[in-house]
Amino acid sequence: MALTKEQIAQRIAKEVKDGYYVNLGIGIPTLVANFVREDIEVEFQSENGILGMGPFPYDGEEDPDLINAGKQTITALPGASFFDSALSFSMIRGQHVDLTILGAMEVAQNGDIANWKIPGKMVKGMGGAMDLVASAENIIVAMMHTNRAGESKLLKQCSLPLTGVNCVKKIVTNLAVLKIENNKFVLLERAPGVSVEEIMEATDGDLVVYGDIPEMQL
Amino acid sequence: MINKTVTNVREACEGIKDGMTFMLGGFGLSGIPENCIAELVRRGVRGVTCISNNAGVDDFGLGLLLQKKQIKKMISSYVGENAEFERQMLSGELEVELIPQGTLAQRCQAAQSGIPAFFTPAGYGTEVGEGKESREFNGKMHLMEYAFKADFGFVKAWKGDTAGNLIFKGTARNFNPNMAGAATITVAEVEELVPAGELDPNHIHIPGIFVQRIFKGERYEKRIEQRTVRTRK
Repeated sequence: MALTKEQIAQRIAKEVKDGYYVNLGIGIPTLVANFVREDIEVEFQSENGILGMGPFPYDGEEDPDLINAGKQTITALPGASFFDSALSFSMIRGQHVDLTILGAMEVAQNGDIANWKIPGKMVKGMGGAMDLVASAENIIVAMMHTNRAGESKLLKQCSLPLTGVNCVKKIVTNLAVLKIENNKFVLLERAPGVSVEEIMEATDGDLVVYGDIPEMQL
Repeated sequence: MINKTVTNVREACEGIKDGMTFMLGGFGLSGIPENCIAELVRRGVRGVTCISNNAGVDDFGLGLLLQKKQIKKMISSYVGENAEFERQMLSGELEVELIPQGTLAQRCQAAQSGIPAFFTPAGYGTEVGEGKESREFNGKMHLMEYAFKADFGFVKAWKGDTAGNLIFKGTARNFNPNMAGAATITVAEVEELVPAGELDPNHIHIPGIFVQRIFKGERYEKRIEQRTVRTRK
């Protein structure tokens, strides 16, 4: 069975280590916060200006002056801090943030990522994604393996305008966990019940499979 | 103390002309200068360039200026919340420059600080880098980006005093402190305006030197864009 979006987030949460400052993008990445182990200390950064982001507020306690980068109402945990946008990106560009998790429309086998524009159709903008991917050492992409038309999102080369070049190292999709190495996708884990053949079928870029590929542990 | 107060938003916006470039603070609808935006709509100023991280939603924030087709060009990082914006952009009615959010913040900060240009890795190898000077530092490619130039900056703070000192609240801070002092004239609108001396100098985020005009906003709607809540157990 291919993973649900929640399960993708659940698998990525295992990559979050004790003491990490983590930036979560919009969409599936936002869900990761729900699955981080409770026995470790992690602080979530939202680039609009908060470190120590907490869960959504209780009904009736929403504060218009307290939102995340997805413009959702949030809370601040004890020990949280607020700051301006320039300082926020000092944290990002200055590599003070340990892990960046973001969504993508396409990822190429050289680590290029596209996630901000479909020419002539959709232009939402890059937001903070270009700053994040250009500077972060540790980037995980969370996305579905194929698009709505059933076409692979893991490509030899991105067809859409790029967000960043040679930056993605790891990808978690509904079908697999992969890393990028020597200009190829390397299969690390498969979703429970999903075969290597199915993953190969859904991957347009060069895919390397070493030996037996374990199933993901969620 | 030098007194920066003006009586109202009309006085605060004196000197605004068609074709000018404005900076507007806010992230989404949080921390936007609501009263100044309403005044820009009322004045019907046209052909303006707006530097703002987002473009509001269809019927609030900068969306109000877009509706009236007062904006010639937007410089933003993310505009996904506004259908009218997308329509005007895709049809070519509206000129749009999309730039990375950190670059946007730093271009404001650079203007505030008198730094004419800087290098950042954001956008290198993408269409954002097309036509820009690039340079390698520590084995990594960077783009040269310039400080913004703007005629008016509109920022919104939580509290301010008559000397122009500002304190922001929560994530409504965002671009506001970076834009203060980054334009020729900075207009600050605040929810609470107190006499100089009442704010603790230790708590001031932006000193009054960066602000030319300050006033208490008549009304704040503070609309929430994405109301997300959890249920009590």
